[in-house]
Amino acid sequence: MLDQADRNLLVDIRNVSRSFKKGSGNDVMVLDDVDLNIREGEIVGLLGRSGSGKSTLLRIIAGLIAPSSGEAKCRGSVIQGPPLGISMVFQSFALFPWLTVLQNVELGLEAQDVDRAERRKRALAAIDLIGLDGFENAYPKELSGGMRQRVGFARALVVHPDLLLMDEPFSALDVLTAETLRTDMIDLWIEGRLPIKSVLIVTHNIEEAVLMCDRILIFSSNPGRVAQELKVDLPHPRNRLDPVFRQLVDNIYARMTQRTEPRLPSVEGIPGTGMGMILNPVSTNILAGLMESLAGEPYNGRADLPVLAGTLQMEADELFHLGEALQLLRFAHLNEGDLVLTDAGMRFAHLDTDARKKVFAEHLVTYVPLIGLIRRVLDERPTHTAPAARFRNELEDFMSEDYADETLKTVVSWARYAELFAYDEQAELFSLENPQ
Amino acid sequence: MAFQKYTPPAIGRSMWLSMWDLMALLLVIGAIVLIAYGVRVTTVPLSTLEAAPLSLDPSNLPVYALRTMLRMLLAIALSLVFTFIYAAAAAKSRRAEMVLVPILDILQSVPILGFLTFTVTFFLNLFPGSVLGAELASVFAIFTSQAWNMTFSMYQSMRNEPKDLEEATQSFHLTGWQRFWRLDVPFAMPGLVWNTMMSMSGGWFFVVASEAITVGDTTVTLPGVGSYVALAIKEQNIMAIFYATMAMLAVILLYDQFLFRPLVAWADKFRFETTSSETVPSSWMLDLFRRARITRLLAAPVAFLSRLVWNLRLPALPTFGSGDAKPATSRLLDRLWLAFIVLAAGYAAYISIIYLKANIAWSDVATAVGNGFITLLRVTVLMILATLVWVPVGVWIGLRPKLAQKVQPLAQFLAAFPANIAFPAFVVLIVHFGLNANIWLSPLMILGTQWYILFNVIAGASAFPSDLKEAANSFHLRGWRWWFKVILPGIFPYYITGAITASGGAWNASIVAEVASWGDTQLTTPGLGSYIANATTAGDFPRVVLGIAVMCIFVTLFNRLFWRPLYAFGERRLRLG
Repeated sequence: MLDQADRNLLVDIRNVSRSFKKGSGNDVMVLDDVDLNIREGEIVGLLGRSGSGKSTLLRIIAGLIAPSSGEAKCRGSVIQGPPLGISMVFQSFALFPWLTVLQNVELGLEAQDVDRAERRKRALAAIDLIGLDGFENAYPKELSGGMRQRVGFARALVVHPDLLLMDEPFSALDVLTAETLRTDMIDLWIEGRLPIKSVLIVTHNIEEAVLMCDRILIFSSNPGRVAQELKVDLPHPRNRLDPVFRQLVDNIYARMTQRTEPRLPSVEGIPGTGMGMILNPVSTNILAGLMESLAGEPYNGRADLPVLAGTLQMEADELFHLGEALQLLRFAHLNEGDLVLTDAGMRFAHLDTDARKKVFAEHLVTYVPLIGLIRRVLDERPTHTAPAARFRNELEDFMSEDYADETLKTVVSWARYAELFAYDEQAELFSLENPQ
Repeated sequence: MAFQKYTPPAIGRSMWLSMWDLMALLLVIGAIVLIAYGVRVTTVPLSTLEAAPLSLDPSNLPVYALRTMLRMLLAIALSLVFTFIYAAAAAKSRRAEMVLVPILDILQSVPILGFLTFTVTFFLNLFPGSVLGAELASVFAIFTSQAWNMTFSMYQSMRNEPKDLEEATQSFHLTGWQRFWRLDVPFAMPGLVWNTMMSMSGGWFFVVASEAITVGDTTVTLPGVGSYVALAIKEQNIMAIFYATMAMLAVILLYDQFLFRPLVAWADKFRFETTSSETVPSSWMLDLFRRARITRLLAAPVAFLSRLVWNLRLPALPTFGSGDAKPATSRLLDRLWLAFIVLAAGYAAYISIIYLKANIAWSDVATAVGNGFITLLRVTVLMILATLVWVPVGVWIGLRPKLAQKVQPLAQFLAAFPANIAFPAFVVLIVHFGLNANIWLSPLMILGTQWYILFNVIAGASAFPSDLKEAANSFHLRGWRWWFKVILPGIFPYYITGAITASGGAWNASIVAEVASWGDTQLTTPGLGSYIANATTAGDFPRVVLGIAVMCIFVTLFNRLFWRPLYAFGERRLRLG
């Protein structure tokens, strides 16, 4: 006899890992030994940085990709191909531009062989529910982003799925539109008007997760793992200004910055450090700008990340990238959800352009092993040139081709700013000489 | 203006000949040889196909023009069916792709007019004594001039479908068949329509050439504008040539206004941009249809049929080379498949060599290659001349939007006009002034295809961002500096697109341009084109095969070593926006 809990179990993920093939040698692990249960009647959030494998997990549940190992079950049977009873809302909306709103919504029913009259009835009901009345015959390109995502929701809801998967559904929308759509969804959910049993939402927006979810799984990156699970017991509708809400958000910021502490670039050979350090292409302009703001009023060298994200109109993810870049270069460090300028960072903020470049160059050579290596190689070679391929190959021992690409791009742009060495994009050649 | 970005087929892949290209080359030549051989062994005495003798009376022209038009329509329908099947197979199956795509690439370089020799005889033998065979041969010739780039366009679209839409079709459980009509075809539509239009432009040239063809002692004359011109040439009737030109202009105009403008305007809704574009192609025909109430009535059965097609529940096709198979099995299958292809290519090489060796000496090969270089020289010189003339003209026009709007359709129109209809006029001039045929026949090769350069350059110059123009102005960039720093890099990708089409067309045209006649006067100039043309007239199949193979190799190498690197450079460095 199945007990109540088992009958309510929609999705059951056990020890699931997923790796992707890489051009050379080892595979890249994006999801490592993840467990997840989704029961009826809850909204579960997967929160994590880009590259933490949360979208991959969502696609495994959607049956779009298969796990490399482990077990993924939906309603007790192993997921092979998209299961019935699960439908998806896409970040990019994924509407067919050549179909009208109504045709787009009817698409899922068409595939299920629902007859025409019934199809029309259900599609119109979904359109009505989601607030798209009057737009039935419009084409997606005639609609605003928010309206398009409403079509995406209607299309997913019309098949009456048990589980609605949402892949960063609001991140392509502007702040106001996203908020309206979020609250509309939550209102419909608590009124019980959505023909679904549960929701799984992938997001990198911390406030969004706290606003919508009953349960949040925080992912760590490279490889993706579930770092923490968190219950949100606040009653809907939730108020962003509620101190308990703020406390939760602060708490998550702190947890997400915590693990960046031990990421010291000294140990060679361990992925994520030394030569294997993955660099995110962050503009030096923004780094300098951020240091200036931090050094000035009202922060005076220390800022709370959620506050900073609010004033700078930045996503948490973006801010993390910046913070980590500063931390790596020893201009600042992340601590308990705060970003704190170091003395070097303070000094940098008050220097003129040339002096800044000099300080930046020193820090690059000292703290970014790859840049140090390139500079050494260029100094040693009589021609003072070196092909990028040499370093790319070395990087690819540690990371995927995409990351190697990003890292090299970052190195080039940082080194150009610091006037450490030049790079010829056509010849893919590093050199010491300056253009005439 | 209905210009859309047109990707020359097979570009952006590897620059150098891969093993697959070699295999494809061998397979294609082998197939040609097989057909030629088949024709040889089944030599049926060909009855002269003169059901109704042609007449130069202009009152017959509308009927002839109509038959030409119908041939064209049939060919385009066949090309479309071929495109759907071939492109779908290549895009869906990895193993099929390995073979199909290089074959397509080689097929594009096969000179269609040389190929005509076999196909005419082949189809005539298929339906001995009936006009049907000759008609089919003509339709097939047009088909071979149209299908390849349409197929490439469709294949490339299918390979570049947005990932989220693919996931959506999977996630909503669309069957392969539903997906084909809901995603694959609509997504490919704009490119496909544009390429069909380009194909059509090229096709008129071949329909004219294929209506009156002499193979050995057989002359096939199908009623049509092309055969009308051929008869006019024989009878030295310059007025008849003028009438034919007028008829052809009318035919192209009708096709353009009634078929392609509406199609292009309609296909705009399939463009994969979720934002509305600033210039929307328009067509008075389409507007008329959209506004007319009767259209609803007419469209109802079509809508009903298409619904039936979309909702067809086909049994799931067996998947070839999908990721489901175990890696080891998959690898084994790959090896078997590869072995099969190598064997087939080897066999094709074997029969080709046997066939050619029996009839051809090494000196023949040397002659053909030598002729190839002469034609290469001609194409190169003509391309340079056409560039020097049309790039400045195109830029001048393109920078004046009002003028460009008027000239652009004209240039597209001229590109569609079959230049071979105008050949006699040139021959008359050459004969009249006693000019050197070696030099003055050459321009005929590029007569019809130079317009591709013009209208692409116009499109490029029109699309040149106005802020860059203003910046150049405010920095007082003038003269050669303006040309080389501002406008030439700006139009480069467009120019290359046009030049690739023009140069390919010139090679093809050499077969009819290096030999021209007016009544009893025949002008010939040495070159690979005249080599093939003369071998065709003599019914000398082995030399035709040799000529085709040599031209195929020349064109393929010319594309790989010259155009593709330039195209890649343009796309990488000079594509604006």
